[in-house]
Amino acid sequence: MEKFVQIEAVGQTFDTKKGKFVALRDIDLTIKQGEFIALIGHSGCGKSTLLNLIAGLTRPTTGVLLCDGREIGGPGPERAVVFQNHSLLPWLTCFENVYLAVERVFGAKEGKAKLKERTAAAISLVGLDHASSKYPHEISGGMKQRVGIARALSMEPKVLLMDEPFGALDALTRAKLQDELMKICEATRATTVMVTHDVDEAVLLSDRIVMMTNGPAATIGEILEVKLPRPRERLTLAHDPAYIDYRAAVLEFLYEKQAHVEKMAA
Amino acid sequence: MSAMTMSGDFGLEKPVDRSTSSQPVAEVAAEPAKEKKMEKAATLAVAETGTPIGEKLGAFGRAILPPVLGLVVLIGLWYVATHKGGSIPGPVQTWDAAVALFSDPFYRNGPNDQGIGWNVLSSLQRVGIGFGFAALVGIPLGFILGRSAFLSAMVNPIISLLRPVSPLAWLPIGLLVFKKADPAATYTIFICSIWPMIMNTAQGVQRVPQDYLNVARVLALSEWKVVTKILFPAVLPYMLTGIRLSIGTAWLVIVAAEMLTGGVGIGFWVWDEWNNLKVEHIIIAIFVIGIVGLILEQSLILLAKKLTKESS
Repeated sequence: MEKFVQIEAVGQTFDTKKGKFVALRDIDLTIKQGEFIALIGHSGCGKSTLLNLIAGLTRPTTGVLLCDGREIGGPGPERAVVFQNHSLLPWLTCFENVYLAVERVFGAKEGKAKLKERTAAAISLVGLDHASSKYPHEISGGMKQRVGIARALSMEPKVLLMDEPFGALDALTRAKLQDELMKICEATRATTVMVTHDVDEAVLLSDRIVMMTNGPAATIGEILEVKLPRPRERLTLAHDPAYIDYRAAVLEFLYEKQAHVEKMAA
Repeated sequence: MSAMTMSGDFGLEKPVDRSTSSQPVAEVAAEPAKEKKMEKAATLAVAETGTPIGEKLGAFGRAILPPVLGLVVLIGLWYVATHKGGSIPGPVQTWDAAVALFSDPFYRNGPNDQGIGWNVLSSLQRVGIGFGFAALVGIPLGFILGRSAFLSAMVNPIISLLRPVSPLAWLPIGLLVFKKADPAATYTIFICSIWPMIMNTAQGVQRVPQDYLNVARVLALSEWKVVTKILFPAVLPYMLTGIRLSIGTAWLVIVAAEMLTGGVGIGFWVWDEWNNLKVEHIIIAIFVIGIVGLILEQSLILLAKKLTKESS
């Protein structure tokens, strides 16, 4: 499947009090099945906007988005989203949060026992068997984010969309979850699009890094193909000259070519 | 600002350094911490049995003393103001009357002469029925208005117009429609209870975090699931606030409504005792109304605490 997700001439304009605000313009991107894409750019460059467009949570002003040959007309469980702030329902346990998703996707075809089995499997995939009957406020931020990932994976989505999933976590927890995510993606061959502002995360996880220019009217600046062999291991990569080159290329894009963002903000 | 946080992420050593003191360590440390807590509890228990009961009594006194003192001052002022005689009875007279009254709260000498217990109960019954209907209509209506911006814009001006109207102004219409005093009084309770219920429920629905609704959209949940799994639990605290406000207003209004409609009820009883010039009974009624209102309010606060604890 060469063209699994197609984004063609997509632009997004918001109506604000000050008039029209062009957030995105001329976005063209094709994502292959099983590919891991990172969207990187300065804050306010519209990477989350683009992710929401793929999710179907918002509709593009111009252009068209296709997933598996069909137009994306709205949100749906075949494009699961891991939200930035985990978005677990606080009145449901971890198990129930995941079960809600499993029941929605497989409830029509499968019995209760099978649904529960799927839920338990998703929770143990992220290593949270011991916390499955706990409520979100009883567990740490990293664990909440893992439940969010479990909920997304449990739906067996065609595309996994992640909006800065590890942004709010401390570095050690983040590294651990990145490693876990890498394993899960290699095992499930999930097509993944991840918004991030972390250069190391982008290089470590991605097959391609889509670098976005600064907003307003942001678009794709460069696309960097990361040809590091898998499975990747963060410690050995730290000294790998290829890894260092990729990292430098992203940094160069962000801080030389797109550096004026600070001046604009000031 | 973003550059600052980013450069922090780039330095490989730095983040590792930073994180040694944070979460995972805390996770590992959770077990010993628990033990420590238990130890602490144990030493506390020892300390408690060791120190005299005086300290416990002291804490109890600090909580109880001010309200008791307030009550004593109130009764003292009342006594001073009335001890020279006059039309308003003093605390002693009122106490004697109360003892006589509460020795037989549930007597029945015909429809217009019943014990205070029956009067309070029939007032509570009216409030219960009127309030129940208001909840039955108001809460679903609040949900609908919260979900639909169009309907909300359509109905809100009407609500804003009617809400400040005293529910007693509706009483003649109630009498006209129901042709009887009793349902008319219940109907005024319905009218006054329904506004806070609609407004608070609608506000709660509008304030459901967008994140939760996005989850619902991504999962493409059915409207039924959205209501039961997301909206209802998220709105529950707001709904309970509406219920508490409604009950408070309803209990205020029932006294006035019953004064006008007659029959059995604490409001009618106040009016009846005024006609009999038993002023000490009116003072007793004021206390009874106050205490019942307090109990209603407090039990709803308790219920809200229990329910929101379970759901959060």
